Amino acid sequence: MTTKKRIGTILGWTVLVAALILMYLPILLIIVYSFVDSKNVGMGGEVGFALYVRLFENERLMTAAGNTLVIGAISAVLATLLGTVSAVGIFYMKRGKQAVNIVSQLTVYNAEIVTAVGFFLLAIFLNNAHIPVKKGLGWLILCHTVMTTPYVILSVSPRLGQLNPNLFEAGMDLGASSVRTLFTVIFPQLIKGMISGLALAFTLSLDDFVVTNLNRGDVNTISTFVYDSIRRGIDPTVRALSTILFVIVLLVLIVVNLVGKARRTRKNVK
Amino acid sequence: MRNKYAPGKGIFALPYAVICIIFVVFPLLLLLVYAFRGEDGGFTFANFKEVFTNSTNYLALFKTAGTALLATGICLLIAYPIAYILAASPFNKYAILALLFVIPMWMNFILRIYALSSLLDMLGIGKSYFAAIIGLVYDFFPFMLLPIYTSLVNLDKSYAEAADDLGANGVVTFLKTTLPLSIPGIMSGVMMVFMPCFSAYAITDWMGDANTSVIGGKIQDLISHNQWGVGSALAFVLLVLVIAVMVIGNIVTKSRSKAENSALVRGGPAA
Repeated sequence: MTTKKRIGTILGWTVLVAALILMYLPILLIIVYSFVDSKNVGMGGEVGFALYVRLFENERLMTAAGNTLVIGAISAVLATLLGTVSAVGIFYMKRGKQAVNIVSQLTVYNAEIVTAVGFFLLAIFLNNAHIPVKKGLGWLILCHTVMTTPYVILSVSPRLGQLNPNLFEAGMDLGASSVRTLFTVIFPQLIKGMISGLALAFTLSLDDFVVTNLNRGDVNTISTFVYDSIRRGIDPTVRALSTILFVIVLLVLIVVNLVGKARRTRKNVK
Repeated sequence: MRNKYAPGKGIFALPYAVICIIFVVFPLLLLLVYAFRGEDGGFTFANFKEVFTNSTNYLALFKTAGTALLATGICLLIAYPIAYILAASPFNKYAILALLFVIPMWMNFILRIYALSSLLDMLGIGKSYFAAIIGLVYDFFPFMLLPIYTSLVNLDKSYAEAADDLGANGVVTFLKTTLPLSIPGIMSGVMMVFMPCFSAYAITDWMGDANTSVIGGKIQDLISHNQWGVGSALAFVLLVLVIAVMVIGNIVTKSRSKAENSALVRGGPAA
């Protein structure tokens, strides 16, 4: 039995390690070749930081990266505020709860391309109705906020159930307005859910291609810039950009994990 | 006093409700309007006729469904054993293992595809249907893995132990207890992979040959080339399909919502 178990364990590790190698191989390849100045991956070239230097000189790519971060950051903050306020509202709602939930789920379940066409047609409609809407940064921020808010609601809602139901009344009885109670009493209690909602909204925005591509006007994000340059041949500096993004993601994950762990140990000590 | 407070708090949902009506419900109504609107602005069935009689349109729909089914099937076949291993001892002691499968999801989607296609190019695998399927599987695999993994980790082990005690061998125990109990996870995973394939034209156009493109690319082309009528009709057909899959998925099993799964996959350590 024990030998059987040991064989099982060895087999398990083999499968897991093989799967992880397959998953990370493309990314590792890009990282390694971000230090090789060659047109394509797998070709010879001078080893060094040439691609990184050229990346920061590549104005169009840097603008695209900047746009991506601006859209991601602003839409994530807006979605977090809107989502948290809405989650509180939905939680205390007596009627119509189901309707709001179904509609917010619709944004989530819908095929991305259908959502994209919907925003596209809405922009046309608003312009026809003499409400000037210009496709570009502002419009994309709006689209991404609407797209990611349901995910924030979802991260915040479970924490609401654990709140003391009298907290809201307590704030109001002490003379705060309901909006002030929301921001100073309820929000601090929900901060953990809000942070994971913010992270979720930000990465979803960063990742988006389909909605962005149809609603960007002449603004580029990393996704659309790289996709548009497929036919011309993708600039090798994209390898440097990929590496930087991957390292940032990794660092953020490690920091968040360490902070989470430290907090948990502190709690256990108490 | 109480009555005065109660509606006051529900009102916090109002801004979002208004936004939902303007930005979620209304665009879908616009989709319907454009789908039934002729070039002269009048009512017409011509756009739907174009979708269902022009073979390039309806064949593209069928082909996309086939591609999505194939990618989903392969994802399931690869993800289930890996999820099973991750959820079994001694591997379930290392939470980092499951996290490792999720990390690539945090990098930009297009950059991920760029990395994969660079590797395939280097290996001499050119643009083909096969390469596009690899792309879809590579990209959506974690969305299949995580829901199955979660359902297996939280599984009540006493069923399997009982089956074992009653003399069932390993295979029978798995087929009669573990597999049926993990069906909600499987269903969530299938829904997380199947529908996104319809929109994943970036992958199929990039990695596949001319015949591989999914319906999302066709809709994108139609809309961006001002063919709003036919584009909207196709998108509307897709919307009906989404709702059908959503309803069937909910009937077959009370699977976790897609949002919850995304939170699971992307929320990672922050959650």
